Amino acid sequence: MSLLTPPTPPSPAAAADAAVAAILAATVHPAPGAPRGVVVDSPPGAGKSTLVVKAARELVAAGERLMIVAQTNSQVDDLVDRLAAKGTELTVGRLHSGEARPAAEALRHPNVTASSKPADLLELDVVVSTAAKWQWVKDVEPWRHAIVDEAYQMRSDALLAVARLFERALFVGDPGQLDPFTVVGTEQWSGLSYDPSSSAVVTLLAHNPAIEPHRLPVSWRLPASAAPLISEAFYPFTPFRAGTGPGDRLLLPGTRSDGSAVDATIDEAAEYGWALLELPARHTVRTDPQAVAAVAALVRRLLDRGLVASSEQGRVPLTAGRIAVGTAHRDQAAAVRAALGALGVPVDPVAGPAVSVDTANRLQGREYDMTVVLHPLSGRPDATAFHLETGRLCVLASRHRHACIVVARAGIPELLDEHPAGDPVQLGSAMRIPAGWEEKIGGQVIGLLERVGAQFPDGWEANYRVLQHLAEHRVRGS
Amino acid sequence: MSLLTTLARLEAIRSGRAEPLATVLHRHLADRPMVLVPLATAAEDGAPLAVLLGTDRAEPRLHIVPQPLNRERRAEFLAALADDLLPYLDSFAAAVELIEGSEKEPATGEKTVTTRELCLDAPQLIVPNVGSVRHLALLGRATRFRRTAEDPDPGPYPAPTRVPLLGRWLTHLTERAQVPGSSLLLPMTGLLARHWATGQSLLEDQHLAAQLAWHHPPAGLTGAEAAELAETARGTDGRLLHPPAGPATDPRFDEKLLAPAIARFDAAQAAARQGRPDAAVDLAAAVGELRHLLLEVLLPTWTDVWRGLDLLRALPPGGHLAERWESDRWSYTGHRDRLAAGEPPQPRVDDAVTAARKLAQREREQVRVGVQEALDDPLAMAERRLAGEAFSGVVTELEPAYDTSGRTPKPRPLLTVHTTDRPHADLGREVHRASGPAAQKAEVVAFDAAAGLITVRVVNGMGRKKEPEAGSLPQPGEPVTFTLFELAPRQSAPLPEPDDTPWTHGGPPSAAPRSASVSEEWA
Repeated sequence: MSLLTPPTPPSPAAAADAAVAAILAATVHPAPGAPRGVVVDSPPGAGKSTLVVKAARELVAAGERLMIVAQTNSQVDDLVDRLAAKGTELTVGRLHSGEARPAAEALRHPNVTASSKPADLLELDVVVSTAAKWQWVKDVEPWRHAIVDEAYQMRSDALLAVARLFERALFVGDPGQLDPFTVVGTEQWSGLSYDPSSSAVVTLLAHNPAIEPHRLPVSWRLPASAAPLISEAFYPFTPFRAGTGPGDRLLLPGTRSDGSAVDATIDEAAEYGWALLELPARHTVRTDPQAVAAVAALVRRLLDRGLVASSEQGRVPLTAGRIAVGTAHRDQAAAVRAALGALGVPVDPVAGPAVSVDTANRLQGREYDMTVVLHPLSGRPDATAFHLETGRLCVLASRHRHACIVVARAGIPELLDEHPAGDPVQLGSAMRIPAGWEEKIGGQVIGLLERVGAQFPDGWEANYRVLQHLAEHRVRGS
Repeated sequence: MSLLTTLARLEAIRSGRAEPLATVLHRHLADRPMVLVPLATAAEDGAPLAVLLGTDRAEPRLHIVPQPLNRERRAEFLAALADDLLPYLDSFAAAVELIEGSEKEPATGEKTVTTRELCLDAPQLIVPNVGSVRHLALLGRATRFRRTAEDPDPGPYPAPTRVPLLGRWLTHLTERAQVPGSSLLLPMTGLLARHWATGQSLLEDQHLAAQLAWHHPPAGLTGAEAAELAETARGTDGRLLHPPAGPATDPRFDEKLLAPAIARFDAAQAAARQGRPDAAVDLAAAVGELRHLLLEVLLPTWTDVWRGLDLLRALPPGGHLAERWESDRWSYTGHRDRLAAGEPPQPRVDDAVTAARKLAQREREQVRVGVQEALDDPLAMAERRLAGEAFSGVVTELEPAYDTSGRTPKPRPLLTVHTTDRPHADLGREVHRASGPAAQKAEVVAFDAAAGLITVRVVNGMGRKKEPEAGSLPQPGEPVTFTLFELAPRQSAPLPEPDDTPWTHGGPPSAAPRSASVSEEWA
């Protein structure tokens, strides 16, 4: 490179590599006196899982053994599968509960041992289990290192129960996704740094002010059409960019449109990466039959029209296994599944490649070429905190590599206007304003925001931002 | 809100009357509950104004603070309230049963038999609404740290010993009220809303009189009209005909009647201090006037709470009430023992471990109360069935089958149920038989939604023999209910002791600087 070349911003790959190198250095070779935790904030599809595998391999290469905490059994199985496949030199233990058998893909590797007794696995390089299972492990020497995956989904009380098992830990997670929740009232503790129902990372950061969260700056999953919107709406103060440029990802319909609204929606999504199929305004029951039928028809036509997804990974036909449908509630998912079954679309993964139909909670951390989303506020007469929760919309709108179609009743902006967030403000909530925010929002406000535990981003605002963008890709249905 | 509740509300709008949401009583009601109606002062959060209480509806007892901003008057009020309430709370402490248990010696693993006392009954406080519970919690917080003459440093204003004691009891009762399904302290609006649906919103249901109006609308009026009258009708003097149930008072009452009466009390007191001749008479008159005013405001709510109790007592008790009341009795006994052991008052804020323990307990109890209500009450089970979490039907076929994978064949009969419910019964899903002779699990092996036929393989609860124990399986023609949810809450995972709080949560609280816990931030 000539000395005269003006400095160019680093390529996405270089920026991501630099971030990962810094994280690995802090984890594997911590400076003397460094905090005991390393926190990594990762936007959707930024290589979080890859980072976890890398960190595990490097720790083992440095002569360490480690434990990994994930939040659900399927996350653990996924992780074990990846670890064993990428790190053939590792011995991996899958600690499971008496009832839940590990998935077959986790056990197919020769270097994986599964057991429900921790004692069987202590000698292995890496032991992976859910937070719920780790909580019951006792009478073991603490590990020197741990990795906590999906740490923002983990509740503070779960961390309280497992923290005795390790000395240092790498916490990796996506702060924009769904917060942990509970079904009972917790107002009594809101404002406490260790509110048991809050996220484990929030508690950790409040008690360890020396920890500066690292950040993965590039989303490899989201296409160039989606990364800016998702970054702006859900990660306003920790922006990220797409790893691919405009035109790197293409969706090519195999057959022409039949002129219907459904096909027009598919064409819009194929061209721009977003489409909104808007049904006439109406208050409906949760399992709105028309909206469910529209979702099912969209998926049926996606399969019938033989779309081809072209990307840096090559050209592949868009088959059932590469499509997901996301909803807010389980009964909606069940209704969509039934409607798809009636149209002959495979929805049972046991029987072969199938369309995944699930709630936002269960789609977290998963990736598809194309998603069809039933908007959480569609047809509702009110906007509750549940439906406004930023994480829910963020999860639903950030699972795709190519395009996302949203199905909704008209009238959501009006609904939002009528339901500004009205929850009581709790004084003194544990919230830390990340470095660099001062310039953006003004130094004086920060103290105040910290006192009232302001939520960023605000669900109301994020919903608006997404709707505004979708309005440019609207197709009216009937 | 579930579909069934929404439907009941719509029906209530159509019929103009409250509609049942339950066929049995879902909370324990004591034989001798203490009804307590508190009022707060508008000026200051949690400042008491008056309280009407008693276990006999014909004999309510009134305590007031004639000048709510005067700390001495407030202290007198709290002492009087403690004198009145503590004997009731203590009256359950003496009668006990002995419960045998076993304890494991941690070092040797040796089991020793222990006996613990469990109070036979426990007190029960009934207040009008959730706001009253919150008010009692504030009173508890304001009094449980009061220093007394017995303290090494009593300070300039020592309180009688019973005042901090009252605060500790109120704190215990209001904390316990946070546990789902508990019955030591219950708000009447919540009790009524659990058992009946009105045609108004949950927020409107917080007004006790308005909610009750749906139960007994006067002749010619619908529930909605009667509720509106209860909320807004005013007499010629501008006073609400039915004052709000508190703890907040009607602002117009405060302005037009209460404030002038307090001013007269202040004047009489000032006169008394200056030694005017008739001052004592005037002072007594001023207090009498205030008592009269506040009694008038409190009595309608007092009557309402008792009317609510009448309505609830007409319901047959649910099957699991005694079991849940036993937890309340343990809670009461535990607090009794902590007081007797001379433990310090409950801390101002929970430490990390205590907060996590309490949350785990509440989540466990939430599951338990949900399951027990469904088992006790077909209407509650109907909600779960509508949500696809359970199915009821009639057994059409019972086919013997065996698991021959082990050394001896085990019975694994196939049971086919005809149902009109539409459960989310995926194949392989574990289901649980409700109200069977013993706990019984099964696994869905076939589901024909069109014909309404679900076949499950029963996997346990049939005895240890080769053939299922007689009576352990439902026979063809017999009605049966299976749930997709487990019938007992999961055990909570162990948490560290507070002194072992890990670094992620700030380390042990005893090692933290004490300043925050000693002085209030605003003091």
